[in-house]
Amino acid sequence: MTPLLEARHVTKRFGGGLFDRTSTVALDDFSMAIAGDAPSITAIVGESGSGKTTLARLLLGLTAPSQGSVLYKGKDLRKLSSDESRGFLNDVQVIFQDPFEVYNPFYRVDHVLTTPIDYMHLAKSRAEKWTLIEQALETVGLRPEETLGRYPHQLSGGQRQRVMVARALILKPRIILADEPVSMIDASLRATVLGSLQKIKDEFGISIIYITHDLTTAYQIGDNIIVLYRGGVAEAGSVDLVVRTPNHPYTRLLVGSIPVANPDQPWTPEAAAALPNQKRGRTSCKFADRCPSAMAKCLEQTPPLYQTDPHRAAACFLYEDAPVLNNEAMDNVLRVNGAVVAG
Amino acid sequence: MIANHLPTIVSDQRSGRANEPRPDVLRLEHLSVYYDTPRGPVHAVEDVTFSLHAQERFGLVGESGSGKSSMALTIMRLIKPPARVVAGTIWLETTNLLTLSETQMKHLRLAEIALVAQGSMNSLNPVMRIRNQMALGLTDHGIKLTKSEMDEKVTSLLAQVGLPPQVASMYPHELSGGMKQRVVIAIAISLSPKVIIADEPTSALDVVVQRQIMETFKNVQAEIGASVILVGHDMGLMAQFVQRLGVMYAGRLLEISPVREIFSQPRHPYTQMLISSLPSTETKGHFTGIPGLPPSLLNVPSGCVFHPRCPLAADRCRAEVPQLREVQPGTWVSCHFAS
Repeated sequence: MTPLLEARHVTKRFGGGLFDRTSTVALDDFSMAIAGDAPSITAIVGESGSGKTTLARLLLGLTAPSQGSVLYKGKDLRKLSSDESRGFLNDVQVIFQDPFEVYNPFYRVDHVLTTPIDYMHLAKSRAEKWTLIEQALETVGLRPEETLGRYPHQLSGGQRQRVMVARALILKPRIILADEPVSMIDASLRATVLGSLQKIKDEFGISIIYITHDLTTAYQIGDNIIVLYRGGVAEAGSVDLVVRTPNHPYTRLLVGSIPVANPDQPWTPEAAAALPNQKRGRTSCKFADRCPSAMAKCLEQTPPLYQTDPHRAAACFLYEDAPVLNNEAMDNVLRVNGAVVAG
Repeated sequence: MIANHLPTIVSDQRSGRANEPRPDVLRLEHLSVYYDTPRGPVHAVEDVTFSLHAQERFGLVGESGSGKSSMALTIMRLIKPPARVVAGTIWLETTNLLTLSETQMKHLRLAEIALVAQGSMNSLNPVMRIRNQMALGLTDHGIKLTKSEMDEKVTSLLAQVGLPPQVASMYPHELSGGMKQRVVIAIAISLSPKVIIADEPTSALDVVVQRQIMETFKNVQAEIGASVILVGHDMGLMAQFVQRLGVMYAGRLLEISPVREIFSQPRHPYTQMLISSLPSTETKGHFTGIPGLPPSLLNVPSGCVFHPRCPLAADRCRAEVPQLREVQPGTWVSCHFAS
């Protein structure tokens, strides 16, 4: 079955040409597919600089890969006809991270809600249009009478972010790509908004790609998780396995840095790097300079993804006894609840 | 000592309170701040009273719209019309900040109270090198140093926040988010203020950087002996950083307690529901938010501000505003049912 949205061996390089050593590889040989049959929530987790926002932009077709391709229903995004393009725009929606920049300050916030309804002919009458809008706002915990008619600068960051979530709900796409949708929202409301994202997956069968640096909410809402580090996949698989029993030293660092809401469970300080000042070769594990378990091999070779569990793989030489997750053969993959994760 | 360059703080003779010894470095008394709108006043902060002890780390937690940022800005005297202080006093040791002129207040900002604002990494001047921005704060307060003395001061401040000396000659866009936030903290501590108010200082940063920044912040705060008010909504961060926590809701302070108490034995129903809505990596899929929405601050509920969402609400709650009472030494709750 053709995946709905797929990234195939995507590499994105910024700056420099083919022979310029000063370019930055934001994303390195990344592959991932979202199946169209069963909805799933895939969390993509990484620190700033991990490549997660680059990945989001690639999946949305906002930028083209330097190598590899992004496919919608099996067709490269760069080669879609105008009808297919429209289908893509309808099917793949996004909730951006920055609630300050996505609004045109000259329009009231109603504009971001009415535009998709008008453009996609989602309502047959004005009454129906406003009902759709009001329901969506209430789902995300906003009072229509205090939100509609306002300009973006008159709402708080959290309110603006919730309006964007409401907008995505109105459109009922097949996939929603949410880039930090709850980062500016408080704990009690975060639970509500995440619950509504979960609900739209269950009720409308919408798959969600949830991009975040917040491992806790990724764990709460995700079925699968991909942990990115400096453009490469450190670990991927079922969210239970990866978050509760992390394999990769970087995932362990992430999990240990989560501030636990218990004063008697302090942060785990970052363990000292084993080989901090050694020079890394042209290929190496990207985490080698910070890794407390680094070996000489890690400075010279890039570890492939090793399948350490039926539903988990980690790119770390600590697990080199486990079978390698083959990059080439797309059938030798991890499938967890609808999302297919390969090298 | 740099502090010698500062003009003497004018003590408030009129209130007659100036001569009493004050053990707390900051004390708010019955502070109320409203925003005037065409539809009436919005009660952003209502009758808030609390003290900040010397060298303590105090957390102020609340949902967006709870009044915590308005309160932080009011303490700095940075609120502007249509916001106005309707009632109350703010004591910085023996000075009532609300009675100072803007010129007097300018002398105090950065020197006595500093603010690390939300997204402050975006408030660094993009066309100025870090060194010059850090020097600005010092020179504005009348500190006259030679170029090499200033360079030394900047290097030492950067070192305090864990940044290498090279950062001084860089521009903000050359730094990562975490580094920029450290620069902002370095500016905030540059005159060794008594109080640092940090309003969601790490909201844009990932957990690894957040932990590093907060640990740095804890160290420098202890080094310079400042008190900190950490304003935010991340209860996990509060648990890791503060010693006492105040919970705000719809402009009111509902509970103040030592941090362990608040998590092990929250007294106010709102605090209890807030803590049980926290996601963890222990249990999955239980999205227990607090049902309902925070009230409109234009039309604040009568009596206890939380009663429309409170599972315990009784007639008394609808009629009578509960007072903030000390139910146990150091634990204050405003609820008719707490005892």
